[in-house]
Amino acid sequence: MMNDPHIPVIGVVTDIRIDTPDVKTFRVVTPDGKKAFDHMPGQCAMLSIPGVGEAMFSITSSPTNTEFMEFSIKKCGCLTQWLHAMEVGQQITIRGPYGNAFPVDTEFAGKDMLFIAGGIGLAPLRSVINYCRHYRDRYGKIDIVYGSRSMEDLVDYKEIIDEWVKDDGIDVHLTIDREQPEWTGHVGFVPNYVKELGFDTNKTAILCGPPIMIKFTLAGLQELGFDKTQVYTTMELRMKCGVGKCGRCNIGPKYVCKDGPVFRCDQVDELPDEY
Amino acid sequence: MRKISLDKINQLFAEISSKSSLYIPVDTAAGAKFEKYDGTKTMSDALNTVRSAKDFFFPQTENMVDFKVEGKNIEIVEPVNEYEDFVVFGVRACDVKSFEILDRVFLADPVDNFYKNRREHGIIVSMACTKPAETCFCGTFGIDAASPAGDIVCHKTDDTLYLDAKTEKGAQLLDSLNALTEETDSSAVDAQKAKTAEIMKKLPLAGLDASAFGADKTMEFFNAPEWKELSEACLGCGTCTFVCPTCQCYDIKDFSTGHEVKRFRCWDSCMYSDFTRMAHGNIRNSQLERFRQRFMHKLVYYPTNNEGIFGCVGCGRCLAKCPINMNIVKVMKKLGGNK
Repeated sequence: MMNDPHIPVIGVVTDIRIDTPDVKTFRVVTPDGKKAFDHMPGQCAMLSIPGVGEAMFSITSSPTNTEFMEFSIKKCGCLTQWLHAMEVGQQITIRGPYGNAFPVDTEFAGKDMLFIAGGIGLAPLRSVINYCRHYRDRYGKIDIVYGSRSMEDLVDYKEIIDEWVKDDGIDVHLTIDREQPEWTGHVGFVPNYVKELGFDTNKTAILCGPPIMIKFTLAGLQELGFDKTQVYTTMELRMKCGVGKCGRCNIGPKYVCKDGPVFRCDQVDELPDEY
Repeated sequence: MRKISLDKINQLFAEISSKSSLYIPVDTAAGAKFEKYDGTKTMSDALNTVRSAKDFFFPQTENMVDFKVEGKNIEIVEPVNEYEDFVVFGVRACDVKSFEILDRVFLADPVDNFYKNRREHGIIVSMACTKPAETCFCGTFGIDAASPAGDIVCHKTDDTLYLDAKTEKGAQLLDSLNALTEETDSSAVDAQKAKTAEIMKKLPLAGLDASAFGADKTMEFFNAPEWKELSEACLGCGTCTFVCPTCQCYDIKDFSTGHEVKRFRCWDSCMYSDFTRMAHGNIRNSQLERFRQRFMHKLVYYPTNNEGIFGCVGCGRCLAKCPINMNIVKVMKKLGGNK
């Protein structure tokens, strides 16, 4: 055995949940039924179907889940097309964990948390949210603002409705882009909704979603009085090695796979606008 | 320091190659290249090989792992890579320095074991330059062409080869050649170094100064308007990255043979549009952005991450090979205020 970081292990897909028309959540364990490795919220793993390709995905399950890992994956390219065609029992390869993590045990400790996600952007945040729910007494009030194109496009809708909204001290604010007959909740884009909700600035905010949503939401938070040092986000660029060597996921001198994917927004300002 | 008459250099090669593989630069129709010594080859006098010496540790393609896929099951088959002990003879100062630059990438945590194994199995015998070319600018990056690093450092005069061991590995090899070599002082080598230093001073690029660049200067250069003009004619062919001794970007690809999948890595180039292309788009859509990435990496990003060390060794290969005659020297002159 060479024990090289490029060499993966086998993962078995033991459950496939259809989240939205183009998002599925895959449960992965090793062939002997264990978690492939431990991780912290925000970290990622390289998943691959040999012969098709390998790509980086955020681990959507919480580290507090000791039995398996989950990945919520949107169908949008070659590999994800194949992943979506999988059936339960299919083996894939997995390696990781990669990247830094959200500072859940340091900077976040004791803070009121504001999670803001758009579309598939909930996938990396779900890991943090469930970590905070697990260690509930370590954090203050939790607000979650989550929006998608439509009701059907809300990832993890069942978990949100069955679990998150029922927790004490957690407020979930859902929104969809356009009116739908069966939808009684808020309608409108995430950045506007965040401003309407008008949060007090004594919070740590975590943003993830399409670049355009991040841009406008960050501007909205700043209007509310948030400083960029209070806002975290997680980035995504094309990756091959996952360990800061293959040279393609850099933003200026930072490699997203190794120095990221989690960045504080004031740190992003120090990087060139190339992401 | 030991010496051997150049008449006997083939005996030296024969002795080394009897214990491990030996690669020496030889002249071919396509220019000088490193080839395995087989008793018939003679060492090239060319200043440098067309391709750099990085292939020895970071080959152009390399099989990393194989997969056997059967139905829903996958079996991971790690290839049995037999790393040969080898000696690479005649590496120039610039290329020796490039290994240190590659080390800082591949040997950083987590260690790339493919690279590490090759590195551990290789002995570098460097060759001091006596006739640096007009395209040479290693001095800009603090490299002395007349005093290369390496496990053994060689100096060649008209009739004699001088060998000086610099590392434990080098000393072992040199000791094993004692029957062929004799002890000598360094006076001939010192004289040669002084002569080369005079030539270096008169090179057209001798005054090229990199001090405008370096660590933590990302924002100073990233939005410079000069990138447009500099990159305008770039064809995006990637030649500069392939001949470059420090370009280390790679791709990882799968190849299905029909009954198994071979996963290999191969050199890639930031000059190519596919390099950063994702399903949702590309962060570097224009050649300007790709061109800028390459030079920012060498002159700013790499130094930022590596205590100010530049990611260029001034070997001049890109100067000689670029089809549109654009290169890092022009970039440095334009952006760094050099004349």
